[in-house]
Amino acid sequence: MNPPLLEIDALNITYHTDHGKLSALRGASLIARAGEVIGIVGESGCGKSTLAASVINLLPQAAEVTSGAVRYKGQDILALPPDAQRALRGQDIAMIFQDPMTAFNPVLTMGAQLVDFQHAAQISRAEKLNRARALLVRVGMPDPDLTLRRYPHQLSGGMRQRVAIAAALLMNPTILVADEPTTALDVTMEAQIIHLLRDLRRDYQGAILVITHHLGVVAELCDRVYVMYAGEVVEEALVDDLFHAPRHPYTSALIACDPGHFDEPTPILPTIPGRLPDLRNPPIGCSFAPRCPIASDICATRPPRVQISPTQSALCHKALHVGQLVTESLL
Amino acid sequence: MLTYAIKRVALAALILFVVMLAMYGMVFLVPGDPASVALGPRATPALKAMLTERMGLDQPVAVQIWRFFANAAQGDLGIDVWSKRPVLDQILEAFPQTLLLGVIALTWALILGITLGVLAVVYRGTFIDRALGLVSVSFISVPSFVVAIYLLLIFAVWLQWLPAIGAGKAGDIPSQIKALILPSIAVGIGWVGYLARMVRASMLEIMGANHIRTARAFGLPERKVVTRYALRLAIVPTISVIAVGLGSILSSAVFVETVFSRPGIGTLITGAVFKRNYPVVMGTVLVTTAFYLLVITCADLLIAKLDPRVRDALAR
Repeated sequence: MNPPLLEIDALNITYHTDHGKLSALRGASLIARAGEVIGIVGESGCGKSTLAASVINLLPQAAEVTSGAVRYKGQDILALPPDAQRALRGQDIAMIFQDPMTAFNPVLTMGAQLVDFQHAAQISRAEKLNRARALLVRVGMPDPDLTLRRYPHQLSGGMRQRVAIAAALLMNPTILVADEPTTALDVTMEAQIIHLLRDLRRDYQGAILVITHHLGVVAELCDRVYVMYAGEVVEEALVDDLFHAPRHPYTSALIACDPGHFDEPTPILPTIPGRLPDLRNPPIGCSFAPRCPIASDICATRPPRVQISPTQSALCHKALHVGQLVTESLL
Repeated sequence: MLTYAIKRVALAALILFVVMLAMYGMVFLVPGDPASVALGPRATPALKAMLTERMGLDQPVAVQIWRFFANAAQGDLGIDVWSKRPVLDQILEAFPQTLLLGVIALTWALILGITLGVLAVVYRGTFIDRALGLVSVSFISVPSFVVAIYLLLIFAVWLQWLPAIGAGKAGDIPSQIKALILPSIAVGIGWVGYLARMVRASMLEIMGANHIRTARAFGLPERKVVTRYALRLAIVPTISVIAVGLGSILSSAVFVETVFSRPGIGTLITGAVFKRNYPVVMGTVLVTTAFYLLVITCADLLIAKLDPRVRDALAR
């Protein structure tokens, strides 16, 4: 198997807020190899965006990495000097951000920004513009020359997201991180962007990380999935195993609650009762236990990471018995 | 953009028209007629009648207003009651002096204010940020004439480095520059503080924006992120403040020019008010208002030029 391009190793990140310290990531680990599309799913506040930001160390000022490492080709990014980190950004590791409305500078033309993003390339401005033009064609922009002259607000949301994808591909990065690439778009646009990403992954050599709360996106795009809950990776699985044989009750519940999975209209849309635990005082035992339909006394103790197969593991005392049990209890 | 420019200029003209009407109305609202105020309590009725006629105050109001507008449109702002010189000539002599003072004061205030504002953002939360905040607020709080008096005391009276009064010898550029230093500090210092605070606030907001994160995510050097991506945007709201600033500098010049005995609009208008020299007062206010409107209109057009979103919103 290929050596990992990206390896996040037991990463702990704490936010210093006005209301105390908040553990956003608690020992999160992840591996991405060349050619893989990795999905990171979870509900809002589970730490998936923090995980994405840590890949290029663009964490907010209030965030502190308390332990762990982010290794890119074996080298710990977080330990690199700031300039060396900066040199990786956009060149080796590129981001596609969630909100295409605000992701670009409003007073510079798209062309100016796409040229700026290639600042590290030793080529002329005309060549940079040509490269931008070629990528705009690649992502399906009908009139690339016009797009380059446009300001961000003159493009629609879907078009801006296409430009954002083109921007991320400018320097031919080895890792592409897409942080909720379709969340801000309407359904039609979402389908188009997913289609575009699927199309791109065919001839893309590096690794793609897709952060989303949308299981449909995961099913369409990803090879392997990490499910996050309350700052922890609770389950890791191949995409087929995840949907057909989930091993963590949270994953089962997520799938059971996904509206896309119902063929017939239902009178009640199932939800997971309860709320995320308070991350200022994370529970000692299983963090999902208070909401878990199959929790018992043992769940108050620290759950083990149960290895189901070489590609699947779950952070749960009952990982071997989860399945239909959870789905039934929710409906 | 062109339609917008025409609209803005038309609006400025309308405002100027209303200001002129209001100003003319005030002359009638002030107790006592201008002639007797100008001549004082011991004037003879004959003298009063003569002055009334010369000032055109014996005519019907409509005629007076018509004359006022017609003359103003031709650049005739009336004759100085005391010196018998055309008001426009006096204003044209005084105005460049004040404008020079205002522009120089605002220029260095801008350079320093924006630099301090950006520094405060770059070092936000640190000792430097807090120190700059303290300095800025002190600069804002001290009135310009107080600064002027202390500058005079320290640099002109004690140290004798710079001239205390006047605008320098005519034709002698170095002496004119020297004479500008203290007044321009007095006028500009409050603006340094104000601009620093303003740039800091608007930069802080912008530095947290998603597009700044994008620029960083593409590894752009921090210097470029701050200047090209943040400052360019932070400057836009500052422009309208600067425009208003240039207007209010004309009024704070009244104090500063008095303290430093510099010729200028401030000196002209205070002298005229003390002598009840209405044509000069009105002419000065009119020219100042017109200038102010010109600056604000230019600022609006500049903002539309710098911010494509404003431009497009106006085109619709």
